[in-house]
Amino acid sequence: MTEPILRVRNLRATVAGQQVVEDVTFDVPATGVTAVLGRNGVGKTSTLKALLGLYDRTGEVTLAGERIDRLSTDRIVRRGVGYVPEDREVFAGLTVAENLRLAERDASPRRELVADLFPDLVKRSAQRAGTLSGGQQQMVSLARALLNDNRLLLVDEPTKGLAPKIVTEVATALAEAAASAPVLLVEQNLEVISRLATTVVVIDAGRVVHTGDAAELLDDPDRIQRLLGVHTSENAA
Amino acid sequence: MSTIVLLLITGLGLGALYFLVASGLSLIYGLMGVLNFAHGSFLTLGAFAGWEVARRLGADSWGIFGLALVVGAAVGAAFAALTELLLVRRLYERHIEQVLVTVGLALATVALFEGTWGSDPEFIEGPAWLRSTTDVAGAPIPNDRFLAIGAAVLVLVGIVLFLRYTRFGLIIRAGVENRAMVTALGIDVRKAFTLVFAVGGAAAGLGGVLASQYFGYVSPHLGAHLLIFAFIVTVIGGLGSLTGAAVAAVLVAVLQQFANYYWGVGDLVVVLLLALVLLVRPSGLLGRSA
Amino acid sequence: MTSQPTTQQTSTPPDRATAPLPHDENVPTPARRRWLMLAGGFALVVLLACLPLLAISLPGVLPGPTYTPGTLQVLALALLVGALALSYHLLFGVAGLLSFGHALYFAVGVYGLAIVLDRTDLPLLPAACVVLVGGIVVAHVVGAISLRVTGISFAMVTLAFAQAGNVLVRRNPAGATGGEEGLALDTTHVPDALVGVMNTRNLYWLALVVLVVVYAVVLWVERSRAGHVAAATRENEMRVRVVGGRPYLVKLLVFVVAATLATAVGMAYLLLQSGAVPRVTSADFTLTLLVMVVLGGVGSRWGAVVGGVLYTLLDQRLGALAASEAIAGLPSVLRVPLSEPLFILGTLFILVVLFLPGGIAGAAQRLSHRRRREGARDLMEESA
Ligand SMILES: Nc1ncnc2c1ncn2[C@@H]1O[C@H](COP(=O)(O)OP(=O)(O)O)[C@@H](O)[C@H]1O
Ligand SMILES: [Mg+2]
Repeated sequence: MTEPILRVRNLRATVAGQQVVEDVTFDVPATGVTAVLGRNGVGKTSTLKALLGLYDRTGEVTLAGERIDRLSTDRIVRRGVGYVPEDREVFAGLTVAENLRLAERDASPRRELVADLFPDLVKRSAQRAGTLSGGQQQMVSLARALLNDNRLLLVDEPTKGLAPKIVTEVATALAEAAASAPVLLVEQNLEVISRLATTVVVIDAGRVVHTGDAAELLDDPDRIQRLLGVHTSENAA
Repeated sequence: MSTIVLLLITGLGLGALYFLVASGLSLIYGLMGVLNFAHGSFLTLGAFAGWEVARRLGADSWGIFGLALVVGAAVGAAFAALTELLLVRRLYERHIEQVLVTVGLALATVALFEGTWGSDPEFIEGPAWLRSTTDVAGAPIPNDRFLAIGAAVLVLVGIVLFLRYTRFGLIIRAGVENRAMVTALGIDVRKAFTLVFAVGGAAAGLGGVLASQYFGYVSPHLGAHLLIFAFIVTVIGGLGSLTGAAVAAVLVAVLQQFANYYWGVGDLVVVLLLALVLLVRPSGLLGRSA
Repeated sequence: MTSQPTTQQTSTPPDRATAPLPHDENVPTPARRRWLMLAGGFALVVLLACLPLLAISLPGVLPGPTYTPGTLQVLALALLVGALALSYHLLFGVAGLLSFGHALYFAVGVYGLAIVLDRTDLPLLPAACVVLVGGIVVAHVVGAISLRVTGISFAMVTLAFAQAGNVLVRRNPAGATGGEEGLALDTTHVPDALVGVMNTRNLYWLALVVLVVVYAVVLWVERSRAGHVAAATRENEMRVRVVGGRPYLVKLLVFVVAATLATAVGMAYLLLQSGAVPRVTSADFTLTLLVMVVLGGVGSRWGAVVGGVLYTLLDQRLGALAASEAIAGLPSVLRVPLSEPLFILGTLFILVVLFLPGGIAGAAQRLSHRRRREGARDLMEESA
């Protein structure tokens, strides 16, 4: 096994005086997709935000051998970390082209790749992002990250609330992205996980409760049940 | 009829001054969440800088008046940028403390201006044209009104172009919407903070030179007086909205002129308008609803 | 009824040898602590009440010995400003409402009473009641509207209303306020004991009573259910709403109580200064209140009082300093800033915000914590 791209040790984070990440430790391998699983509200999003310095945090985070837990968010990102946030967070008042232009941080952004992956966005480049459908906004959000050459991609629930056909498109784009950079993916959709993930990290109540091979976990419905609770009723709630 | 035209154009001139102050306030608030109480001091210092230029080099030439405008804007911009770098930045994301620091700066600088230039108004000179009038539909309009309106329009257009067509403008517009996401795209948004302060300070400094022409004097309290109405304008227009600030500046100033002329209660009517807007639309005319 | 400054003096500096350990009998238990605070506060109030009968001189701090009218005037002013800062503490420190218009309610007290005494034949007490009711009404109306917005917008809106008050006073409607000149106190219906330089000590005692009453009311509100809800709202409004609280009503209540206290203080201020000037309605005046509370320490009752008293004394002394010959001889780079009290106070304020979070109260607390911790550690090491 080669060196992990990201090492996380005893990560804790607080928001508004409340501890939302208790004690998180895991590695992200240098290739493939690492899926972060867990029920709603256990702290998956907060973990990603803490990694990026968007929440106040303590602990040790190492990206390709370099400590990044003291750096500001923009510095971490410029070290080569792409971020696709939960709920997309496109700039609604900016056009699609402006959203993408803002995200270009490399000297030679990969505009062709993005145009190939999301031809729809090219057509709508002058449209305000706020007027796009949810799926289109997700593509803008993914495209913003994929424009740059990343050492690691953090992707938070990219298929949340999307129609099945779009879910497939998003998963395809992610598979493409994973071919060139490791991905840390928060995802609730087990089908997407089984298609993409190589490794899994399960979080509960702000702590890591399981790490291991993805296929192994997916083959064990009882274990999934135990770790993730009753998934279907959770989604209904 | 001629009275109405006079009130309308004078109101527009006053609105122009309000806008020059409110535009910076609104941008700064929109991007950084900071209510800048020192903004009035940027204006006052700009006004005094312009006045000093005119006093030393001769007041009635257009060239020197132009220079006074440039110096006023530059001094306002420099003062504002320093304020951001030395005081506001140290309190990153602590909004209440940031407001408090600007309050302290406002108190201290106004006192310093009083110490330096005295607390009484200094009457100003300028190109002769500014002190004469032009007939519009039978109404004799003081020419400084046109100058203020023209300058405010130029500033508005300038800021809009800057926001639309430069990378910094793009960062500012995105930052007003969602600052955290801008940093998560790898952008150091703090550079934009200094920049909006400088832009806001330049508009205020320019406004200072124009306001001293409009009112006919400079005084250490010029900025504080305009600042309060600029606050009202930003709240009515919607915090963070440049267009909102422009619309509200005109609305407030014109209303104020008419109410002052017919009932002598302009300032009170403005506060009433504010109360009304808050009751009907707490986020302001063009503000995003919370 | 307590005044905590003394408590700090009497109960905190724990002697290292007797520093608290879990079962040490010297540990101030909560009940014991409260008793100590009460006793200390009482002692301080008694001491303050005796000042006019004593001849204490603090050169550099007070203009003369404590029994002289000039000094009592300054001290009374300091106590009233302390009381006003305390009422602002209720707004900002407890409920987290950053108001820039608190001077309005103070001004209602000052100008309201001046006008009622000037225009009617009401004796002092009934007149004061009328003004108090007026203050409550104004606070209700303005509070109900301004509290529709929160945070920075609230600050601006309160500022705007206060500014309207300022404009009104300067306009001198129907000759009622005297415009820029201000309005002298009409003493026809004021008891003789409260009029004239020779009675300054009575006014001083009145100021002390006002401060004690304001302190009691603030303490009572803070300890009440409404006070707790207000504090919870400051921390997290959403959560209060979720558990069925009514943040708006609670905030309005606190707003009105704070305003009413300010009105009461304003009336005492009128009697002390025997006149009303437009400065008390200005935005600057509210800003100085904010300066006092932050200087003393946001969230601390005694901090607010100390901030108010300190500010007043500093302002007086700096004014005297500005006029002194030592300053007049300096080169203008130094002379100009040093002869402007507000410049020095504003700069001091900036420094406190930047480098002394929690103000004086915060610094005192850190100091006493450290001492207590060190004391405890020493004792542990000894017993080990
Ligand atoms: N900005 C915030 N303010 C307050 N609480 C938050 C915030 N973000 C997250 N939380 C709390 O932290 C916990 C973890 O949230 P999150 O990380 O979003 O969970 P997940 O992504 O696993 O669904 C939740 O209880 C949530 O209420
Ligand atoms: Mg989440």
